[in-house]
Amino acid sequence: MDTIIFLTRILMPALWQGLIVTLELVLLTAPFGLLLGIGIALGRQYGGRGLSSVCAGYIVFFKGCPLLLLLFMLYFGLPTIGITLPAFTASVIGFILCNAAYNSEYIRGAIKSIKDGQMTAAQALGMTKVQAIETIILPQALRRAIPGLSNEFIYLIKYSSLAYMITVVELSGAAKLVATKYFMFNESFLAVGIVYLALVTVTTYAVDRLEKRIAIPGMVQTSSG
Amino acid sequence: MTSEYILRIVDLHKNFGDREVLHGISFNVKKGETVVFIGPSGTGKSTLLRCINQLTEPDRGHVYIDDDEVTGCGHRISEYRQRIGMVFQNFNLFDHLTAVQNVEIAPIRVRKMKPADAREKAMEELRRVGMQDWADHYPSELSGGQAQRVSIARSLAMDPEVILFDEPTSALDPELTREVLEVMKDLAKSGMTMLVVTHEMDFARSVATEVIFMEGGQIVEQGPPAEIMKNPKHPRTREFIGKIAEH
Repeated sequence: MDTIIFLTRILMPALWQGLIVTLELVLLTAPFGLLLGIGIALGRQYGGRGLSSVCAGYIVFFKGCPLLLLLFMLYFGLPTIGITLPAFTASVIGFILCNAAYNSEYIRGAIKSIKDGQMTAAQALGMTKVQAIETIILPQALRRAIPGLSNEFIYLIKYSSLAYMITVVELSGAAKLVATKYFMFNESFLAVGIVYLALVTVTTYAVDRLEKRIAIPGMVQTSSG
Repeated sequence: MTSEYILRIVDLHKNFGDREVLHGISFNVKKGETVVFIGPSGTGKSTLLRCINQLTEPDRGHVYIDDDEVTGCGHRISEYRQRIGMVFQNFNLFDHLTAVQNVEIAPIRVRKMKPADAREKAMEELRRVGMQDWADHYPSELSGGQAQRVSIARSLAMDPEVILFDEPTSALDPELTREVLEVMKDLAKSGMTMLVVTHEMDFARSVATEVIFMEGGQIVEQGPPAEIMKNPKHPRTREFIGKIAEH
């Protein structure tokens, strides 16, 4: 078969379908992963001994558990105790749990880097601890956590391909299916690689823009790797 | 019947570990008074201020503002803190907010003031400390003296009955110190009740209604500035005043 025809008629439509699924996975995961991550970071930092330990345990567990294993448990394991999740739902839940664990570490690090005086001053003005966290601590911490959080978002784009292991045909899965069917491995995987590269590049650019827009003179962004 | 005192401190004790920082402090403050605390470093002056608004919880003793007990009030403490302003050595302005936002944030969030009204009030307080032209600047863009004036405005915006100044000029060079002391002097003149921990003896001499000399977590001597600064009775006070005068 002609390579051009393969690319335009077969590969590109398949990748397009896959891309949509990948974007759905990522865009559904990211906001909840962020919210849960904030919650866990706050629980770990400001919660009483009990809550703080629970959050610490959460982080240890989900950082330690291979994501693939987590997806298997959610998709193949849960039905044995009567909970059957569609593959897509199981993937999103797995991603959120994992994403939140890492996000919370970045956020907690950022919270700890904020000088005690900020909280003290807020409380001295009559703010409750919750008000101080909402108004003073989190807006500063989230700014500082952006580099870490955006790294995590980029990882998410890439590890969303694990959803294919529990039958969700996302970007990688779509490429794999086409490649094996038409025996066009190099073309398919190269093309899908370019799509991932484009996604990551666009994300990096968007984060850069965001950082510049909400930058505040004198508030140094902590870098992370 | 309300007492004549706006602030009453009764037998405050505070230990950090086995180090006793406050050893039974008692005094009263009338409305409009400026009480200046002097004494060697590490004698509990800052801890005393922090115990008054419960940023540090005293082990024993009582604090009353207008006859309402502040100590042991549990979560109602944030209501009392609205009535007791505080100005810190390191300013502690909120780094992510501009000067005017720093001043308006507590009225908006704590007092639920309308943002437009809070902005108006914030600008008024900034004018009072001569910082109205810097309203849209972030803390990192201000000199230490400017930052401290904004932090005084931030405190004023909550209409406190008392303001605690914890070494407000210790982080500033002499020139910037002067601009902050000027603002504090005006405040004192306008009738604000102020408790000031400072090493600025000129300020104590010219502004204080009462000077309290503290050492070792205790009040050694207290009285009008003329008396304490010129004729200290206690030998420790005499020694301290003498040492300061040498500089």
